[in-house]
Amino acid sequence: MAGYKGNGINPSRFERSQLKIYIILLPLAIFMLFPIVFIFCHAFKPATELFAFPPKFYVVNPTLSNFEAMFKSAANAGIPMSKYVFNSLFVTLVVCGAGIIISTMSAFALSKMKFKLRGTIFSINQSALMFVPAAVLIPRYLIISGLGFTNTYWAHILPLIAMPVSLFLIKQFVDGVPDALIEAASIDGAGPFRIYAQIILPLIKPAIATGVILSFQQVWSYLESSNNYVNTDSMKTLAFYMNTLANANNVVQGQGVAAASSLIMFIPNLILFIFLQKDVMNTMAHSGIK
Amino acid sequence: MKTGKKYPFLFLLPYVALFLVFIILPIIVAIGLSFTDFDTLQTPNFVGFTNYINLATQDSIFMQYVLPNTVTYVLIVGPGGYALSFLLAWAIAQLTRVPRTILALILYSPSLTAGTAMAVLWKIIFSGDSSGYLNAILIDLGIINEPIIWFTNVSYLLPIIIIVGLWSSMGVGFLAMLAGIMNADEELYEAGSIDGIKNRFQQMIYITIPTMKPQMLFGAVMAVVNTFNNGAIGVQLTGSNPTPSYAGQLIVNHIDDYGFIRYEMGYAAAVSVVLLLIIMLFSKVAGKLFTEKE
Repeated sequence: MAGYKGNGINPSRFERSQLKIYIILLPLAIFMLFPIVFIFCHAFKPATELFAFPPKFYVVNPTLSNFEAMFKSAANAGIPMSKYVFNSLFVTLVVCGAGIIISTMSAFALSKMKFKLRGTIFSINQSALMFVPAAVLIPRYLIISGLGFTNTYWAHILPLIAMPVSLFLIKQFVDGVPDALIEAASIDGAGPFRIYAQIILPLIKPAIATGVILSFQQVWSYLESSNNYVNTDSMKTLAFYMNTLANANNVVQGQGVAAASSLIMFIPNLILFIFLQKDVMNTMAHSGIK
Repeated sequence: MKTGKKYPFLFLLPYVALFLVFIILPIIVAIGLSFTDFDTLQTPNFVGFTNYINLATQDSIFMQYVLPNTVTYVLIVGPGGYALSFLLAWAIAQLTRVPRTILALILYSPSLTAGTAMAVLWKIIFSGDSSGYLNAILIDLGIINEPIIWFTNVSYLLPIIIIVGLWSSMGVGFLAMLAGIMNADEELYEAGSIDGIKNRFQQMIYITIPTMKPQMLFGAVMAVVNTFNNGAIGVQLTGSNPTPSYAGQLIVNHIDDYGFIRYEMGYAAAVSVVLLLIIMLFSKVAGKLFTEKE
């Protein structure tokens, strides 16, 4: 036992041997963070600093003028930005909400109920983890127009609700809920819906948080539906509008607006992740494919 | 739990229905369309393997630019990003809680920018005039005299796409592997030490990786998906499809080009099927490497 000094994982305090890890990681972390800090500064730069030569990394006199310009150009385009914000919030809420309900229900069935096809369904879903939506843009377009959903909110919502990764992670988490708990409730006369709502859901909160965050990340920046399935401008989402602003002009002042709009797309993702990161890590511990 | 047939069906129905309509059916339609000459206006005619044969023998853009670009990009960003995710997860697992959480957040944050934000951010850094940030630094350091117009330069576009790909490769798979390493069984490491494992590198090879194979596989699949999902970035950066001189044209862009610009849907569908096959191949390889043998 003499030589064993612990596995070094998750140490409780700082030791000198950790120093070399910091030395390697810090430059890398700076490289990773650099573009994000840069865009953050850029969004708050006044015109004089955006045009400055040589360009400065930091913002000296922060201003909200880029954000104002962003709102103004929305008003000029005839559709108030609040409309895009509403569309995005509505679509995001419905996708996250509906996504969580249907994936937790299926996860419960796949994990705790015994029926013939359960192995098959789970392994098909597992193969679908590698599904890349970009590969089926065209057939999806045909299906959506065939179902008559073009130009409706359904076109934004329906393609994103079923998310194989989300079901996979939640199902792995439900596996950890002890069967005895369910048996006991069952003996007490609770039906499957009650067991689902009163036992399963409260116990799998971390997995639910993870499902929400994954589906939020996907739907919040989803462009394909606005680009391809929806033609009316007032039905498009914030992601679409932010993307047009970002691409509209590459002159320096336009950069300020572009930076401001990309911050608006990025910040909600970041905040949500910071709040839920503990739950996400907890869920990821069950993420293995066996 | 014994429930009979009714309840599993009820609980699974909504998910399975949406899954079939928006994931499985599109794949089937893509395969079907790839054997036709569908152009969105006329009824599609069955043309057999013509699209595939044309793709392999006549599409010089595909053979000359798209395929080599895609292979280069995928071989570097796929395994590279995956190895980076694992090594970084392994490294930060050896730190105390607070710095570990902060570093994990920093490393994961690029993948939160996916979409518009990612393109804008790099566009501004690589802006082609002398007030572009990178150009200004390089001029300042005396490395270049004239600003470089990064995105129209054939030799820079693909490397830039690869850098952006690697930068954003610490995604869900990274978090999964981090969790896998953190949950390792302490006793195994003790036993390993008795069996003569001397350093952390040996620990990683002989204990950490074998005990977290399931997470390694999940991470690998996520890496493959991530790589292909971010593969359209060239068009977003340059603002045009096709990218200048096809220098940053990847297979996803080629599908869009034929599908939504030229409306040759049948042909685009054939390219999609090839893409799906490539993705399956990669995931199969990952499965071979990390599946537990019973």
